[in-house]
Amino acid sequence: MTKQKFKSNTLPSLVMIGPVVLWLAFFIVIPLLYVAVMSFCGIDEQYNIVFRFTADNYKRLFNANYVQIYAQSLTIAALTTIICIVLAYPFSFFIARTLSKKKAILYMLVIIPFWTNSLIRIYGWRTFLGTNGWLNNRLLDFGLISSPIDFLFKPSATVLGMVYSLFPYMVLPLYTAIEKLDKSLLEASADLGAKGVSTFFRIILPLTASGIFSGSIMVFIPSLGYFFVSDILGGGNSDIIGNLIERQFQSGNNWPLGAALSMVLIIITLLLVKLYQKCGGDMESLGV
Amino acid sequence: MDKKVIVSLKNVNKIYDGGNHVVKNLDLDVYEGEFLTLLGSSGCGKTTTLRMIAGFEEVTSGTITVEGESIAEKEPYERNVNTVFQSYALFPHMTIYDNIAYGLKMKKTDKKEIAKRVSEMLDLVQLGGFENRYPSQLSGGQKQRVAIARALINQPRVLLLDEPLGALDLKLRKQMQLELKRLQRKLNITFIYVTHDQEEALSMSDRVAIMNNGILEQVDIPEKIYEEPQTQFVATFIGETNIFEGCVNSIKGKDIDIMLETGYVTARSENTFNQNDMVVISIRPERIKYSEQPKTGFALKGIIKEQVYVGSVLKTIIVLPNGHEIKIERLAGQKIPVSGDVYVYWDIDDAKLIQSESNRIFNALNNIMFT
Repeated sequence: MTKQKFKSNTLPSLVMIGPVVLWLAFFIVIPLLYVAVMSFCGIDEQYNIVFRFTADNYKRLFNANYVQIYAQSLTIAALTTIICIVLAYPFSFFIARTLSKKKAILYMLVIIPFWTNSLIRIYGWRTFLGTNGWLNNRLLDFGLISSPIDFLFKPSATVLGMVYSLFPYMVLPLYTAIEKLDKSLLEASADLGAKGVSTFFRIILPLTASGIFSGSIMVFIPSLGYFFVSDILGGGNSDIIGNLIERQFQSGNNWPLGAALSMVLIIITLLLVKLYQKCGGDMESLGV
Repeated sequence: MDKKVIVSLKNVNKIYDGGNHVVKNLDLDVYEGEFLTLLGSSGCGKTTTLRMIAGFEEVTSGTITVEGESIAEKEPYERNVNTVFQSYALFPHMTIYDNIAYGLKMKKTDKKEIAKRVSEMLDLVQLGGFENRYPSQLSGGQKQRVAIARALINQPRVLLLDEPLGALDLKLRKQMQLELKRLQRKLNITFIYVTHDQEEALSMSDRVAIMNNGILEQVDIPEKIYEEPQTQFVATFIGETNIFEGCVNSIKGKDIDIMLETGYVTARSENTFNQNDMVVISIRPERIKYSEQPKTGFALKGIIKEQVYVGSVLKTIIVLPNGHEIKIERLAGQKIPVSGDVYVYWDIDDAKLIQSESNRIFNALNNIMFT
């Protein structure tokens, strides 16, 4: 009887899980393994991949030029994360505390721009900020400046583009954390003699820290890899790890080195997620 | 005996955005050191009243004074009152020690002094040794004690308690009731307590304030609330009662002749009534008398409909010829007929004469239509 039951359960579960397993295997596991294997391969004079084991690619990663770009990339990512926190916190607080009708509208205002392709939006910024762009022209019209300002092709422009692209990833977890905050805790704090500032630092901030943390993970990691932002707005003056990788696969035509760089990015990501888990972070709020 | 007023509400109104009028012309004086309970069903405005005293809700009109000082301009953190919240509102990221010490830290009290006072508080609520635990590691009753200790550490003049025992099970609730009462006597702090549980209100309070639809119906000592209800709502809300509706027929001094559907009856009252006033007579089930034989004088004939045994008491329901049901309660074990005709009557002093609620409506309509 039990055997029969077991049997009748096997086929449907295989049918359900099977496609997912195949999908994961073909599109995630095998490509990742391929990248890992390739990172230990070499190239010949014609830039063809040669399948022989070598650690040269990893040795090249410590090239001073690369190290400088890692540092620059981490700085840009850190700045992006901090700016996102500073901007998104009050914004999320505001949404979480408004009436439900307005809440939906505000929420949509964050989401709607992301229905447009991010590449197009970043090009939009380039047009907007260019020396002959809308912003400079208006500033000239009003006589606020005498010659156009160079907004573009600086690390700051890259950070602006990153913040713009990744802002919603900070808002969503923060909003969830703030929404969950029990209002009576704030009342209790005030009741016990705490002014607004004390309540913020002693109650609100510690209790929404998980939101800040998962938001930071979700902003920091992509901002190491969004190479098109630094390409379009940074103009090669603010390269990030993503640019290095992209270049190896495109103009550099050194796929094994690109694979090794990708491995570095994957390892940084895993370490950050591990750190997040160690600090009591919840995987579900990362959408994993 | 002259008691000092500590909290005074004068003509207080609360109207929420959208016009919901939840507290109406509330006048209430709370005396120093007393245990006053605001009692009413949900939505009667009792919690709103408490929150206005604490400073979490603004007063729409009227004034609230604490120790003679108006608190309208004071933020919650400036008021010398503390609150025990219904949901406890313990800070989940702080230990029990830090939770209790919070109020003193805000006052920038010396660290040694904080340690001393916190341990005193923990002893007071019998939670010594729980300093390093977190709220999530405590049971409901223990959380409740921490909430009380946290509110008391600032030595408030008035402690506000918003249904503090609502989430506890019956047995624990009874135990905490006694403990709260003990604490209040020991510390001699004024307690303003909000509950919808009338037994809790009657057993713990020095005075009970009954609210209904934002109106303060009656403020009195528990005995008076039960024995001398001043409004029909209070009579029916507190305990069980039998209500007879009627109309004042004639008045001879304190004796008032009432015309009921089932006949005439005389009642006595210290309050003034006018001829033709709509009134109700309220008689508690345990005060109703009965006889199996016809009786001279006033008696209503009825038939025993059913009896319900509820442990300590036996409830009997008698139906009058007009369909009106009368409840009688006797201690279990007393001999009560099971069926048949009975004649019910009562002592004149056991019948409480109250202005009928329909009088209010009648007067209100009268004012609109004829003035």
